[in-house]
Amino acid sequence: MLGTLKSIWNVFLHLWHRKETVQYPEEKPYLPPRWRGRIILSRDPDGGERCVACYLCAVACPVDCIALQAAEDEHGRRYPEFFRINFSRCIFCGFCEDACPTYAIQLTPDFEMAEYRRENLVYEKDDLLISGPGKYSGYNYYRVAGLSISGKSKGDADNERPPVDTRSLMP
Amino acid sequence: MNSIAGIIIPIGVLVAVLTIAAGLIWLERRLLAFWQDRFGPNRVGAYGLLQPLADAIKLMFKEDWVPPFADKPVFILAPVVIVITVIMAFAVIPFAPGIVVTDLNIGLLFFLGMSSLGVYSVVLGGWSSNSKYSLLGGLRASAQMLSYEVFMSISVMGVVMMAGSFNLVEIVEAQRAGWFWAPQFLGMIIFIIAGLAETRRLPFDLPEAESELVAGFHSEYSGMKFGLFFVGEYIGITLVSAMIVTLYFGGWLGPFLPPLAWFSIKTFLFICGFILLRAALPRPRYDQLMSYGWKILLPIAMANLLITGALLLSGG
Repeated sequence: MLGTLKSIWNVFLHLWHRKETVQYPEEKPYLPPRWRGRIILSRDPDGGERCVACYLCAVACPVDCIALQAAEDEHGRRYPEFFRINFSRCIFCGFCEDACPTYAIQLTPDFEMAEYRRENLVYEKDDLLISGPGKYSGYNYYRVAGLSISGKSKGDADNERPPVDTRSLMP
Repeated sequence: MNSIAGIIIPIGVLVAVLTIAAGLIWLERRLLAFWQDRFGPNRVGAYGLLQPLADAIKLMFKEDWVPPFADKPVFILAPVVIVITVIMAFAVIPFAPGIVVTDLNIGLLFFLGMSSLGVYSVVLGGWSSNSKYSLLGGLRASAQMLSYEVFMSISVMGVVMMAGSFNLVEIVEAQRAGWFWAPQFLGMIIFIIAGLAETRRLPFDLPEAESELVAGFHSEYSGMKFGLFFVGEYIGITLVSAMIVTLYFGGWLGPFLPPLAWFSIKTFLFICGFILLRAALPRPRYDQLMSYGWKILLPIAMANLLITGALLLSGG
């Protein structure tokens, strides 16, 4: 009996407790820096597209929401001809970011993507590509990779020695 | 003059009661939210005050569906019965001197009779739905409300003996010397508990126990018919609070403020108390409810009746 009255009193005291509710549109919730939200495609510090259209993200995606078509420009750089993410299917697992060998595809702390029409949730490359490098500011894939493109032949990359002349006997 | 008052007062009471019932939907959701560290509905209008209006519009536009397996006329009639009986019971509540719809000399009996008739709504609603959960809900409701009716009537008899009348106006007038909550403390406690059970509010909401019976007797109801059950429930809360105030807390009596204000303030506090009980207490098991009623409340109510009678006889 006394316990019942005490619990009624304790519930009454909750009138002055701090409210747990976050008044969302006015008051934004705290999002951790590693929050997995809207997916973007980043560029390297020189402004070129990082994506080399290797299809690893599309393969890693558990819900098959990424579609792309590889192409190659006149400099020998691979790039996606189109890159399409269907966000009505995306589960924001971040596997695409993990799979990406060039830090091109990244997940951002943004979740406000609601649309009235379902078709608007299909993002094309124009919608995905941002102008900056995203999380990895100094990284440029073609500068650290051994691949030769026009303007950079084999051996010119950072921390790369000139290629070994296999026909020479000299060490 | 008299005939004009005879039209204005009933209409005023009806409008006030329906407005309060709508406002209670907002009040209950806000207060429950505060007691659960939330904000509750605060988007529609200032402080969410227009929420009941939005709810009503939504209910009006919902499909008014009668299940093909239901007993159609009874199914449609059941929600109407509860609203009519609780509004009828308001006819005998004295809000202030002169502001009472009918000054019946058996006002208290009329109230008890109307709340007994309200049981039909729940029972018929549960039976005519023709589904297991509704039937179980209706069954529980009939047993619960009939047994708590007994203690309610017996607990009120103490007040009747002290006031010497069944007329609610005279009961209030008899409290000028002192409100009845102190001499009738046990009776008041039992009346509040029985009133809770009569309105099927949360500690005693076994007829609609969501966790066991889906929604109990109104499982099959939708749209405004479902809404009418809720209107009935909220008017019922107001009714029982008003009765507690009238019988035990001096009705409109009080210093400085006008009588109507006193009555409203007291009733409002009891309505908030009912919502607090809903926020704080869990639902008992069905057999606990029954044994609590018959084994504890009935003997206490009888003892209260006997002691009051003995004291009155010896005193005067």
